Amino acid sequence: MSAILPLRLEDVSFAAGGRMIIERATLSLEPGPSTIILGANGAGKSVLMRLMHGLLAPSSGRVAWSGDGARRRQAMVFQRPVMLRRSALANVTYALAAAGVRAAERERLGHEALDEVGLGHIAQRPARVLSGGEQQRLALARAWALHPEVLFLDEPTASLDPGATREIETIIKAFDAAGTKIVMSTHSLGQARRLGDEVIYLHQGRVVERAPIDRFFPHPASPEAAAFVKGELPWA
Amino acid sequence: MLDALFSGLQLVATLDLQLWQIVALSLAVSLSAVALASMLGLPLGAAIAVGRFPGRQAVIVVLNALMGLPPVVVGLVIYLLLSRAGPLGAFGLLFTPKAMVIAQTVLVLPIVAALARQSVEDAWREYEEQLRSLGVEGARAALTVLWDIRFSLLTAVLAGLGRASAEVGAVMIVGGNIDGVTRVMTTTIALETSKGDLPLALGLGMVLIAIVLALNAGAHLIKEAAQRRYG
Amino acid sequence: MGMTSKVLLAMLVCASAQAQTSYITVASTTSTEQSGLFKHLLPAYEKKTGVQVRVVALGTGQALDMGRRGDADVVFVHAKPLEEKFVAEGYGVKRFEVMYNDFVLVGPKSDPAKVGGTKDIVAALQKIKAAQAPFASRGDKSGTHFAELQLWKMAGIDIAKDKGPWYRDTGSGMGPTLNTAAGMNAYALTDRGTWLSFKNRGDLVISVEGDQRLFNQYGVILVNPAKYPHVKKELGQAFIDWIVSAEGQAAIAAYKIGGEQLFFPNAK
Repeated sequence: MSAILPLRLEDVSFAAGGRMIIERATLSLEPGPSTIILGANGAGKSVLMRLMHGLLAPSSGRVAWSGDGARRRQAMVFQRPVMLRRSALANVTYALAAAGVRAAERERLGHEALDEVGLGHIAQRPARVLSGGEQQRLALARAWALHPEVLFLDEPTASLDPGATREIETIIKAFDAAGTKIVMSTHSLGQARRLGDEVIYLHQGRVVERAPIDRFFPHPASPEAAAFVKGELPWA
Repeated sequence: MLDALFSGLQLVATLDLQLWQIVALSLAVSLSAVALASMLGLPLGAAIAVGRFPGRQAVIVVLNALMGLPPVVVGLVIYLLLSRAGPLGAFGLLFTPKAMVIAQTVLVLPIVAALARQSVEDAWREYEEQLRSLGVEGARAALTVLWDIRFSLLTAVLAGLGRASAEVGAVMIVGGNIDGVTRVMTTTIALETSKGDLPLALGLGMVLIAIVLALNAGAHLIKEAAQRRYG
Repeated sequence: MGMTSKVLLAMLVCASAQAQTSYITVASTTSTEQSGLFKHLLPAYEKKTGVQVRVVALGTGQALDMGRRGDADVVFVHAKPLEEKFVAEGYGVKRFEVMYNDFVLVGPKSDPAKVGGTKDIVAALQKIKAAQAPFASRGDKSGTHFAELQLWKMAGIDIAKDKGPWYRDTGSGMGPTLNTAAGMNAYALTDRGTWLSFKNRGDLVISVEGDQRLFNQYGVILVNPAKYPHVKKELGQAFIDWIVSAEGQAAIAAYKIGGEQLFFPNAK
């Protein structure tokens, strides 16, 4: 059972540089289904995720979690992983330390997380010399160690090749199986179908459609989503 | 010019004790000042880079401007502070190497802080979101970034070292250029020049440049090695 | 990190060693230091007493100001009226005469003012002004500068009013002023000691010397502990006592450059 979900967005807007980037979004994220945030480039997917995760404050409206301690119970993985100039293991233990985990526990939990994503053999290697795919896996290990209730992923495989993409998707499925709510943005329809249970379609900053995956894909209800699905490359 | 180089090399070759005393003191004073200034200035620069507070832009402008503090002015102010007739006279620091370290620390601090601020601010753009996502903010975030970019901060520290080892105005006034006590390379060069012994002064100047070059080369090698190792 | 800690350690050792040495601070003049007298005189004293004598060399005016601020224990300068004023104002305990040296007028070999070889400094200055020959002055409140101004006065010239572009006020020490004079082929008044050790002479030679009025008297004064209790009065007085003693006076006379004696002891 989740302590902090559902997450409610109440009439949330975000404006910057004179432009309205997210316009009056009202929705509720429930525990359970993996939520895919879909949309064209510039639709506002990244901003919406950052509003949900708390990296941005809404210009108007409210972002409300249901319980205490939401800060500590979520994690986010970005399109480009940001690693410290330390070993892979040290990057994970850093996150554990920030989360208040006792020193004695950190190394053990760190190794566990690295093993989970298949990086156990390079625990001592400097994180920054790892390949893009390995660094993204490391980012997921870092998130895994925190056992978050919600995992936000902002286009996590956009910079990776198909092989690395597959590895990342496997790990995301593992998070889902372990009970973490997945909220992921992507512009790959294939990825959305492989990983998602429901889709929120964003068009120019507005939530235009929301539907379970098998209802959305053969026939999106909104004209904007339909145009998007048609225009997207079939093999992406 | 050539006999100047020769003079200098002769001094080095004969392992002139006095010269080495002067070199050792110069290094001790400047390196101490840079170490102190870095301990204070690096966190200060990081704090300004990461913090958001009213007047921040003004602070940045002033900090950058202080990089150009004239050494003689700093020397004069520290002199007035440390003089027996001044507020800090009771410490008896005037005309000692300690006073020279204090004056050079004041000179070097803005350089290290301003350059660190710039480096941290540039890096902050990369780190900010991830750190905040992990719940790391404020001082802890600033220090994390500071430590992560430690090898590029070497440049700021070297700039400070360059300033300290090159200046003569501050150490002359607060040190008094006392033979065997507060005489450093730059004040010796000034003295020999004013005595008209230009070849000797030039020779000493070349020794000074060679030392600073060596320190810079060493730092560069460290940076390169670290880059290869840590990425 | 190893290198840094080694250097810091070395400095700490240096510092603590210095803290343990007993020392006095003597404010003196650049011309005295540059003559090399202290390098000759002080090691003997330090060896004998174990007291380090730290000389800060400035212009006479600045040296006396240092005494006024209490930043020195002893002042050792060469400008009698200024020294007597110093004592009269209560900053010094008592003035002792120590030694004298002399000034010489140096000038270009070409001698535009035709003063070479004469012994009369006053007449020479009058000729220089008449010829408007370039003259480099220290202009820095030093004993030498003070002496120069006295000589202009003796020549009946109000130099502050009557100076022209031929009179160059460098505002600097003896060495830099000589550098300037050599560079400009100008006349300059300098103490013999600085001249003898000065290496950048260019075309300059001694034009006028030997005039009684060119003699330069040195005095030594203990800074008044009544005004500044921290002044090291025993150690300072011990130094003064030594320098006016037979031993100190002999040491002064023994100092020679190129076989020539520079300072003539005359303590009473």
